[in-house]
Amino acid sequence: MPPVRRSTGTVVPTWRAMWLRVEGHWAWYRRYWRSSLYSSGIEPLLFLAAMGLGFGSQVEAGAATGGHEYLHYVAPALLVAGATMSGMGESSFPVLSGFKWQKDYIAVTATPITPGQLLGGQLMWLAIRLTLSGVIYGLVALTFGAWLRPGAVLVVGVGVITGLACAAPVMALAAATYDEGRRFVVMFRFVMVPMMLFSATFFPIEQIPIELRWLTWISPLWHGNEIARAVALGGADPLAVAGHGGFLLALLAGGVLLAKKLFYRRLVV
Amino acid sequence: MARDGEDDEREPHLMVSGKALVKRFGGVAAVAGIDVEVRRGESFGFLGPNGAGKSSTMRMIACVSPRSDGELRVLSMDPETDGPRIRARIGVVPQLDNLDVELTVRQNLQVYGRYFGLSRARVRAKAVELMEFAELSDRADDQVEPLSGGMKRRLTIARSMVNDPELLLLDEPTTGLDPQARHLLWGRLYQLKQQGVTQIITTHDMHEAEQLCDRLVVMDGGQIVAEGSPSELIRRFSTREVLELRFPPGEQDGQLSRVADLAGRHEVLPDRLLLYADDGEATLEAVHARGVRPVSTLIRRSTLEDVFLRLTGRSLVD
Repeated sequence: MPPVRRSTGTVVPTWRAMWLRVEGHWAWYRRYWRSSLYSSGIEPLLFLAAMGLGFGSQVEAGAATGGHEYLHYVAPALLVAGATMSGMGESSFPVLSGFKWQKDYIAVTATPITPGQLLGGQLMWLAIRLTLSGVIYGLVALTFGAWLRPGAVLVVGVGVITGLACAAPVMALAAATYDEGRRFVVMFRFVMVPMMLFSATFFPIEQIPIELRWLTWISPLWHGNEIARAVALGGADPLAVAGHGGFLLALLAGGVLLAKKLFYRRLVV
Repeated sequence: MARDGEDDEREPHLMVSGKALVKRFGGVAAVAGIDVEVRRGESFGFLGPNGAGKSSTMRMIACVSPRSDGELRVLSMDPETDGPRIRARIGVVPQLDNLDVELTVRQNLQVYGRYFGLSRARVRAKAVELMEFAELSDRADDQVEPLSGGMKRRLTIARSMVNDPELLLLDEPTTGLDPQARHLLWGRLYQLKQQGVTQIITTHDMHEAEQLCDRLVVMDGGQIVAEGSPSELIRRFSTREVLELRFPPGEQDGQLSRVADLAGRHEVLPDRLLLYADDGEATLEAVHARGVRPVSTLIRRSTLEDVFLRLTGRSLVD
């Protein structure tokens, strides 16, 4: 009889399993943080400089901006829009790669980590990155004088929730993508960019023709922008904020459930 | 010590036990009802051509693919309900390397070890030990991407050892490696066997199967067509020696009838004729005595390839 071996491996609880994935992402991130920080943190800043300061210098404070200067009007929405874009970007090709090219998802699910925990870890890692880039944006915007009240701190949280709500369905889409992912390019062009432009990021929803306004209503970014402005500028109807928050949380929950189902379908076959 | 039937899951005698195991994809049965038992400490092989159902079986054992029908126990647990607990104690070497190529060699081992609940101190020490084992210590802090195929394969095997697995699943461990890299890997696998690691290996390379496996099953079309040790299988399904005859293109068919009766069995391959005989030398003399003059001849011992040819009528590697 050969010697008896006892494996040192154990099953870790779900939250810990998700956190271990964050650790794994961190091992990679700390080698590549510069380039990724650029896209998620610096890009919105360029927008802030161009739109808030540059373009904003041509806009008078008025009814459309709720009486606020354009910089104050646009700064919270730019944070949320940036979080939305990086949330969707990070959930498209990078997630597809986990299944298809890099195959790290396949490696991870050969361990005690389950596909659900893998997805949870991906969302947790994204939440951390969105928080990080939101804080950096917020601090630089502070030096621009973009914030009017302390409540603006909460805009970071709004960005994270909105980013995650947009990311979860894209992760589901990635899990159901078997080709080279051309659909993501279509999604960026025909969903993400229009969403950024017509979600009351740069101008109020009242400027959008009433027949097309439903497109804005279903845009998660619009709901995020409304909450972000409410906390950054004050004077919002709590009921409306609750409604916008409910929309985002429902989208997040639905996206996570769908993504979980599709992660299992892809990884347990 | 373990008894038959009711195994202690902490110290199972049967590492894997499958009965009438089936895996269907859509309407197609990739695994069509196989019985398989792997005992503690042995090296067990699934031998068969591509598409025989080897990898599907491995994935069911690795608890990443639910069975469609039949019974399966791994470490005396049910993969369906105990997947994570089983995976915690096994190691998997997939057919295609799925290392994190943007991380270093060391990071690959450390990050992976953490998924098995190992402490930071433990994975740090384990990574050093495994890099030694895989002869990658001098590349410890290099990124994985530019490493050679053999090095990546060794790292994948080292990674599968990070939790000191009791059962190691190796899906075509040396496919695509040069002979030197293969021999290095075989040596490492033998070393692991000495340490008591049960191994299940799939391969379509009969030489590898002969090198590595105590016992193996030959699979074809989702079925097990034979089971035994390599030497048993050869004894049972082939002769001691094989005489290979090569003829100029186009002449083989004509010559066949002149020599076919000299051996108990023959096989016709596109490029040569195989005569199965216990005494190859005597058979060759008889061939020459009939005035048959092949371009070249070879007398060799029977291999698993011959067993496979006999059982399926097809060559193992196309």
